[in-house]
Amino acid sequence: MADKKIRVLIAKPGLDGHDRGAKVIARALRDAGMEVIYTGLRQTPEMIAEAALQEDVDVVGLSILSGAHNALVPAVIDKLHQSGMQDVKVFVGGIIPETDIPNLLALGVYAVYGPGTDTQTVAADIFQALHPSDN
Amino acid sequence: MPKVDPLAIRQGDRLALSRALTLVENNAPESRELQSALFPFTGTAHLIGVTGAPGTGKSTLVNQLAKHFRLAEDSKPAPKVAIIAVDPTSPFTGGALLGDRIRMGDLSGDKGIFIRSMASRGALGGLAHNTAAFVTVLDSAGFDLIIIETVGAGQAEVDIASLAHTVIVVEAPGLGDDIQAIKAGILEIADILVVNKADRPGADNTARALRVMLEMAQGKNGLRSAKGKHAFNSKQASGSSTQPAAEAWLPPMHTITATEGKGIDALVADIQRHADYLHSSNLWQQKEATRLRRDLEALIRDTLVHKWRMELDQQQFESVLSDLLQRKYSPIEALETLM
Ligand SMILES: Nc1nc2c(ncn2[C@@H]2O[C@H](COP(=O)(O)OP(=O)(O)OP(=O)(O)O)[C@@H](O)[C@H]2O)c(=O)[nH]1
Ligand SMILES: [Mg+2]
Repeated sequence: MADKKIRVLIAKPGLDGHDRGAKVIARALRDAGMEVIYTGLRQTPEMIAEAALQEDVDVVGLSILSGAHNALVPAVIDKLHQSGMQDVKVFVGGIIPETDIPNLLALGVYAVYGPGTDTQTVAADIFQALHPSDN
Repeated sequence: MPKVDPLAIRQGDRLALSRALTLVENNAPESRELQSALFPFTGTAHLIGVTGAPGTGKSTLVNQLAKHFRLAEDSKPAPKVAIIAVDPTSPFTGGALLGDRIRMGDLSGDKGIFIRSMASRGALGGLAHNTAAFVTVLDSAGFDLIIIETVGAGQAEVDIASLAHTVIVVEAPGLGDDIQAIKAGILEIADILVVNKADRPGADNTARALRVMLEMAQGKNGLRSAKGKHAFNSKQASGSSTQPAAEAWLPPMHTITATEGKGIDALVADIQRHADYLHSSNLWQQKEATRLRRDLEALIRDTLVHKWRMELDQQQFESVLSDLLQRKYSPIEALETLM
């Protein structure tokens, strides 16, 4: 499929009201040639899974600053699976304590990014996650 | 990519629908067969275009429209609503930031609504190349209303005028010089004019300027049935030739505040009135005929160009090109040599 573009949903679950980081990532991925859907603040896991389904995205990026990642990430992944989107790749960005990272990875998250992550790394990881064979 | 079952799409399987849209968007080989399987089940949806300059409030309005359409009237089931929101692809990176859903949060959780963002992917007329194909898929999936938000390019967007049955042009105050911002050509494509952000200072001026333009245009043309998109052209009408000429539709103007949902009831009523008008005047049929003719012609053109490219002798092409450069051939002579 020559005309295929990578589609990414950048979502902010939970109640924190800052989306600067999410927007920086969204722009960086656009600049890497991807089609990035941004849905705004305060999304419930249901809303995120619904948007992922309707937009048929390849990747979902969750930006979480509230500290509620241990509850939100499994809830989102659950809803994604329920809607038949089990193949979608999920990454998490935000303020995540080191000790929580293994849990998130065990849930199927392919990467966790802290503040100050180079956006090019995020883009490169997406290519890698979707096409593990071509590099 | 798994094959998508057309029957699943028609029966309301949302995952199948979404996958089908992806195949269509990417011009996947299997999308051709899929579209052919779905096409017989299309032709009933009311296609509503929402266009206007960036930031005028198109997405906010679409959110309100969809919400209102979904309020069931007694006895009738609420119509199913699909939304296609087109945003521009960056010409430099090929990527796109699709942000229209930010304003459509109210619609989440309603299974009678399906929202799909679409990047323009290099197409210039305010839609993507495959927006019409999206409409086919969504129509076959049983959506009664399909709302299409164009790229906010700020100029008259002709593509939407040929695709949608009802075109809503959105204006708003505070986007530079109000009179300048109202570009020529907009009155030609608008079936309904909206001045949004009535809560903002300057909305009155925008509305006044628009009304003056509207009255001038209507005064000049008298009945608009004689020209433009509302024309009744008996040559293209599919039915009998004894149809009476259509009454002219005079585009109404609505002043609204989309963020607060003010003025939406009256606007929705006019959208319905326009659909009724198109049906009763036979313009619905005529518009459909014009659109399908145009689509078929475009398909033939694309296919011929593709075929020619495949059969092209690249070496001969290069040598003709070099002769052209040296002025041994004129472009016309080069063409005659090649074809
Ligand atoms: N004051 C006021 N602001 C509004 C109104 N409607 C929309 N807005 C605001 O205008 C801004 C743009 O609204 P959108 O709905 O995203 O506009 P749009 O035309 O879809 O924008 P693009 O898709 O980027 O071209 C947002 O900040 C809205 O909240 C309104 O009725 N009044
Ligand atoms: Mg918009």
